Amino acid sequence: MSTAVEVTLMVNGERVSAAVEPRKTLVDFLREDLALTGSHVGCEHGVCGACTVRLDGAIVRGCLTLAVQCDGAVVETIEGVSDSGEIADLQQAFERRNALQCGYCTPGMLLTAAELLKSGEVPSREAIRAYLSGNYCRCTGYHAIVDAVEAVARARAGQVGVGEAQ
Amino acid sequence: MKPAAFAYAKARSLDHAIELLGTREGARVLAGGQSLIAALNMRLDAPPLLVDINGVSGLDRIERPDGQVEIGALVRHAQALGSQVVARDAPLIARALPHIAHPAIRNRGTVGGSIAYADPAAELPACLLALAGEVDITGPAGRRTVKADDFFLGLFETALGPGEILTAIRVPAATPQMRCGFAELARRHGDYALVGLAACARADGAGLRDSRFVFFGVGATPVRARKAEAVLDARGFDGLDEAVAALADDLHPEDDIHASGKAKRHLAGVLLRRVVREMQDPWA
Ligand SMILES: Cc1cc2nc3c(=O)[nH]c(=O)nc-3n(C[C@H](O)[C@H](O)[C@H](O)COP(=O)(O)OP(=O)(O)OC[C@H]3O[C@@H](n4cnc5c(N)ncnc54)[C@H](O)[C@@H]3O)c2cc1C
Ligand code: FES
Ligand code: FES
Repeated sequence: MSTAVEVTLMVNGERVSAAVEPRKTLVDFLREDLALTGSHVGCEHGVCGACTVRLDGAIVRGCLTLAVQCDGAVVETIEGVSDSGEIADLQQAFERRNALQCGYCTPGMLLTAAELLKSGEVPSREAIRAYLSGNYCRCTGYHAIVDAVEAVARARAGQVGVGEAQ
Repeated sequence: MKPAAFAYAKARSLDHAIELLGTREGARVLAGGQSLIAALNMRLDAPPLLVDINGVSGLDRIERPDGQVEIGALVRHAQALGSQVVARDAPLIARALPHIAHPAIRNRGTVGGSIAYADPAAELPACLLALAGEVDITGPAGRRTVKADDFFLGLFETALGPGEILTAIRVPAATPQMRCGFAELARRHGDYALVGLAACARADGAGLRDSRFVFFGVGATPVRARKAEAVLDARGFDGLDEAVAALADDLHPEDDIHASGKAKRHLAGVLLRRVVREMQDPWA
């Protein structure tokens, strides 16, 4: 049988120590043990992207990473990047453009878009779609999401204000 | 779904990993987890022990030994995609990488895991075979090297034995004469291919020599189209129609939920035309 394993990791800037069962995925650990329910669980096999979180600075599937693998790691969730204000402009653009309806996909979409925009370049709409291809949205039809990401990329590059790029 | 219970051990070194694998029958290597954990979540698999090799140092390097490119087993797809060495010296692999899954999965999934898992619709096994590459393996009996031609044995079946770990793959570095081509058809960006083709050959005047055209998604393993290769080697680009016709002997795709075998064979011909044209005029 599996015995619980002690792990210590940083979650949204706070040090967390816990004993976890090996079979517990990172997203279940965040939601159930730490009550960070912003990361969602959809398919549980890597297809939908609802569980996207950052692990050591890069986005990963929370459902395809085990919590025990995160000993010594730095994890950031939608709660962390919301509190820090890092993606406030993306969040505002999503709201303004109706790029979310039920909101189930939104935390994953935002973290994925944030990684795409990290370089500071303005990606083509095609590149935005390709980068978001692993994040499913059952509500919006994606168009508004691509609009929002594009608007923020332009605004960050100083091309046009997020509010103006309607 | 949630996985069945299993034990977990983190290996400190390659020797330690091999030792740990020997402690339980059915113990499994955990690399990127992007195929394995999905299978555990779906309860398609229930190994008693996972041996995590992510802490083993030295397996995440991309190196350039004489005339070759060596990619460590733990190199992530995203790391390979960002590598100048891969872009310059292993252009076929660089072409294939963006087709693998999605950014979050590429950040975690490993080159070694892709080869070891040997999904018949995966890109990298086909590239390794097209490039006539080789695989380094370490196990309880020591180290060995296996040619790509001898590595892919059947559906998800490879030359890796129990307790063995794939440590690196090696492919010949690109030369000015080398031509390679890649194309795949998938329903959505990042999905496994419906049908794909990875190809490599040596340009010889207006023709091709030593060509290796490897289709994926059309059988239990990546499949070399040997008759089509022979036609192209003998007749060069003029033989394209004949080579496409030869695929009827080379490929025997079965019907699956995505497409009929007949449709797949047709698509294989479409890809062969695209890829041969690309190899004919690499600067186009
Ligand atoms: C939604 C989704 C879409 C995907 N799309 C594609 C795609 O289009 N193309 C594609 O090629 N892949 C795709 N993948 C799979 C992805 O590329 C995986 O990264 C890869 O197949 C396995 O690599 P891994 O490092 O994650 O291996 P793991 O999942 O850790 O392991 C897979 C298997 O290989 C064994 N293994 C791993 N490493 C070693 C080693 N070094 N030595 C011995 N055995 C080892 C494990 O024991 C296990 O049995 C997709 C995955 C998902 C979830
Ligand atoms: S829940 Fe992880 S990808 Fe769907
Ligand atoms: S807003 Fe409902 S799934 Fe995207």
